[in-house]
Amino acid sequence: MKREIWKGSEAIAEAAIRAGCRCFFGYPITPQNEIPEYMSLHMPQSGGVFVQAESELAAVNMVYGAAASGVRAMTSSSSPGVSLKQEGISYMAACQLPAVVVNVMRGGPGLGSIQPAQGDYFQATRGGGNGDYRTVVLAPANIQEAVDLTQEAFDIADQYRNPVVLLADGLIGQMMEPIVWKERTPRVLPEKTWAASGRRGRDHNNFITSLLIDAPACEAHNLNLAKKTAEMEKNECRWEEILMDDAELVLVAYGTPSRVAETAAENLRKQGVKAGVFRPITLWPYPYARLREIAGLDRVKTFLTVEMSLGQMLDDVNLAVAERKPVKFYGRCGGMIPHVSEVEQAAVEAWKEVK
Amino acid sequence: MKKEVILSGFGGQGVMSIGKNLVEAAVAEELEASWVPSYGPEMRGGTANCTVIISDGRIGAPLVERPSEVIAMNRAALAKFEPAVAPGGTVFVNSSIIPDKVSRGDVTAVYVPCDEIAAELGNSKVANMVMLGAYIGATGALKQETIETMIAEMFTGPKAKLVPLNIEALHKGMACGKSA
Amino acid sequence: MTTIYRKTKGLQDTELHYCPGCAHGIVHKLIGEILEEMDALDTAIGICPVGCAVFAGNYFSFDTIEAAHGRAPAVATAVKRTHPDQPVFTYQGDGDLASIGAAEIVHAAMRGEKFTTIFINNAIYGMTGGQMAPTTLIGQKATTAPLGRTKEQAGMPIRVAEMLSTLEGCVYAERVCVTDIPHLNKAKKALKKAFARQMAGDGFTFVEVLAACPTNWGMEIGEANQWLMENMAAYYPLGVIKDTEAM
Repeated sequence: MKREIWKGSEAIAEAAIRAGCRCFFGYPITPQNEIPEYMSLHMPQSGGVFVQAESELAAVNMVYGAAASGVRAMTSSSSPGVSLKQEGISYMAACQLPAVVVNVMRGGPGLGSIQPAQGDYFQATRGGGNGDYRTVVLAPANIQEAVDLTQEAFDIADQYRNPVVLLADGLIGQMMEPIVWKERTPRVLPEKTWAASGRRGRDHNNFITSLLIDAPACEAHNLNLAKKTAEMEKNECRWEEILMDDAELVLVAYGTPSRVAETAAENLRKQGVKAGVFRPITLWPYPYARLREIAGLDRVKTFLTVEMSLGQMLDDVNLAVAERKPVKFYGRCGGMIPHVSEVEQAAVEAWKEVK
Repeated sequence: MKKEVILSGFGGQGVMSIGKNLVEAAVAEELEASWVPSYGPEMRGGTANCTVIISDGRIGAPLVERPSEVIAMNRAALAKFEPAVAPGGTVFVNSSIIPDKVSRGDVTAVYVPCDEIAAELGNSKVANMVMLGAYIGATGALKQETIETMIAEMFTGPKAKLVPLNIEALHKGMACGKSA
Repeated sequence: MTTIYRKTKGLQDTELHYCPGCAHGIVHKLIGEILEEMDALDTAIGICPVGCAVFAGNYFSFDTIEAAHGRAPAVATAVKRTHPDQPVFTYQGDGDLASIGAAEIVHAAMRGEKFTTIFINNAIYGMTGGQMAPTTLIGQKATTAPLGRTKEQAGMPIRVAEMLSTLEGCVYAERVCVTDIPHLNKAKKALKKAFARQMAGDGFTFVEVLAACPTNWGMEIGEANQWLMENMAAYYPLGVIKDTEAM
C-alpha cells in the first residue's frame, strides 16, 4: 500500500470524510484550525455539509441536529472550545445520538496556551458534561493511528448510539508522518430507525428528547444507558504494550508522552534498566484489568506515569495498580512537552527506590 | 540508522519545506520519518524551525534534545541550536549570511554559502535546495536519486522548467557537503 | 353526514398540558393544519425549545427534535442542510430565543438558513415560573422583577422581528397574535407564507406570535388578551415587518 505523508489535523479530517462523515460544524480555535479549514473545502466537494458556526455551542448543537436526523456528523475543537461543547455531548449521550468530537488539546486552564497538553483527561474520561454518562475516548499516538481511530470512531458511535471523543494533543495535530489508507471493514451497524428524519410512512413519529421530567422514568433511562456503558467497557477497551515482555519498570503514558516514554525506555534498557511502556489507546474504557494484571507480576517492580498534565490519568493508574506496586509520576503542563532525558531521570529515581 | 535533525531559519527561507523534503525522500526509501513544526508566536517573523527524524525503525519521541544534525540558515538559528547538537554530530551553517564559526570542537561544521550559490544559479529561491544537497552530501542519509526523483515530481506542468535548476542547486550543495 | 370540522392530522390524539388561555395549543394546531395542507406530515421535522413547549414533540404527529435551551436554530441549521427538501421549523419562546439563544437565532438568520422560526412571545418565562424575559415590558411584574421591569435595571425590551429584519438572510418576518378569530386567521396566513417561502428556498423566515400567559401574568383569560392587545401590541406592532417579495 502506498504511504502518504499527512499532517495530523488534516489526516483526521480526511479520515472522517472517508468514514462517511457527511457534516462538519466547527469554530476556529488554535491548534486545530486545519481541521475546519480542510473540511470547508473537502466536505462540500464530497457532497457533505460544512458550516462555520457562530460558537462552539452552536457547532455542537448542529452536530446534535445532524445526528438526531440520522446523519454522520463531527465537530472538532481545542480545550477551551471543548468545554463549551460539553452541553451538546451530554445531550447527545442522553438522546443516544452518535457523533464524533475531536479535541486537539492545548494548555489550560482557561485560555491557557496554544501548545500541546493533556489537561482535559478528567473532562473527557468522566463524561464531561452534566449527568451520568461516558463517551468512548480514543487517544492516538501517531498519525496512522489518528486516521484509523477517527474512521473507527464513527462506527463505534453508531454501534452504541453514543458520542465518541478523539482525544489528541496539539503535537499529534501538527506533526506530519507517513500513513497508509487501509482497506477498512466497517462494522455491521443497526439501521437508524430512531432518527427524526421525517416519518416517511413510519407508523409513529420519532421525538428525540432528553427530558424525562418524571424521576422514575429518568432513573430507568439512566439505567438503560448504564447497560450500554457496560457493553462499551466490555468491548472497546484497547491498549498497546511496548518492550513489556520482561519489563521491570513500567512507564504508563498515552498520546505524545507515550512516544517520549518509548524512547526513554529504549535508553533505560541501554543503562540496564528493563523498562517497558504501557500505552492506553482507549482512555475510557480504561484498561484497568490488564494494568492490574501487570501490577501483580513479580518481575514488575514499579510504575511511572508520564503525562502532559499534573497527573490526571495518574488516578486511573492508581485505581488499577491499587497499591500492589509503587506508582510515581512525571508530568509537564501548560503546553510543555516532557523531554526524554527528564522521563529517564524520573524513571531512574523511581527505579532506585525499589532496587 | 537514525537521523534527528533540527532545521532552523527565518520564516521564508524554506526550512520547513526542506524538512518536508527529507521526510518525503525518507518515505520513498521505505524508512520511517516524522516532521514537527515549531508553532506559536515564534512563527511570526522570528525563527521558524522544524524537527525531522528519519529512522529504519519505529520513531518514539518526535522531538529531540540532542539532534544528530542542525541546519542553521540564519545567525539566530546557529546561536540557538549549536549547543544542542549531540557530540560527534554535524552543524550545517549557511555561511552566506552567518559570519560566525561553529565554536564547539566536538562537532563537525559544514559551511555552505547557500545564498551565493543560489545567486550564481540565478535564483535566490534555491538556497534551501543547496542546503538540502549539502546535508545529503555530508551525511549520505538518503540517496541522491531519491531527491532528484522527488524534485522532478515537485515541479510539474509550467513549473517543470525549474527541475534542472533545483537539481543543479542540489548537486552544488552536495559537493559542498562532501568536501567538508 | 357532512364533516364540518376535523382535528388536524398534524397533531396526535393527546391531551395538551398547557394552561387555559395559553397560545401554544392554538399555534400547534395551526402548524399541524398547514403541514397537513402542504401534505408534509411525512417529511416535516420540527425543533422544539426548552420552555413550556418542551413537550411539543408529544403533540405533533410528525418527527421532532428537542433542542437544548436556545439552540434550536443551530439544530435546525444542520437538519435543514442535510434534508434540504423537507420542511423544517423551530418553535421557540422568548427566553429560549431572545435570551439564551440570541446568538443562534441571529446567525441562522444571517446565514439565511432555509427554515422557519415560530417565536412565541409572551413576555415572560413560563415554565420556570414567571421570571423576567428580554421581552418583558417596562413596568410589567415578574418574579425576578417584583416591582416591575425598569429601563435602568434591565434595559428596554427587545423587538426580535425588527432586529432580524435588518439581516439580508431574513426574507420574511411578520408579527401576529391569536387572541381572536380574525387575528388567528391572519396568523395562519403568515405561517403558511413562511413555510411557502422556506420551501421555495428563499431564505430565513420568521413569525412572531404575541401570546398571553394568564397564569404567570396573574390574569383572567379575557383580561390577559385585552392586556396583550393594549400593551404588548403597542410595543410590538402587529403586521408584516419584512417581506422581500413585497419590496
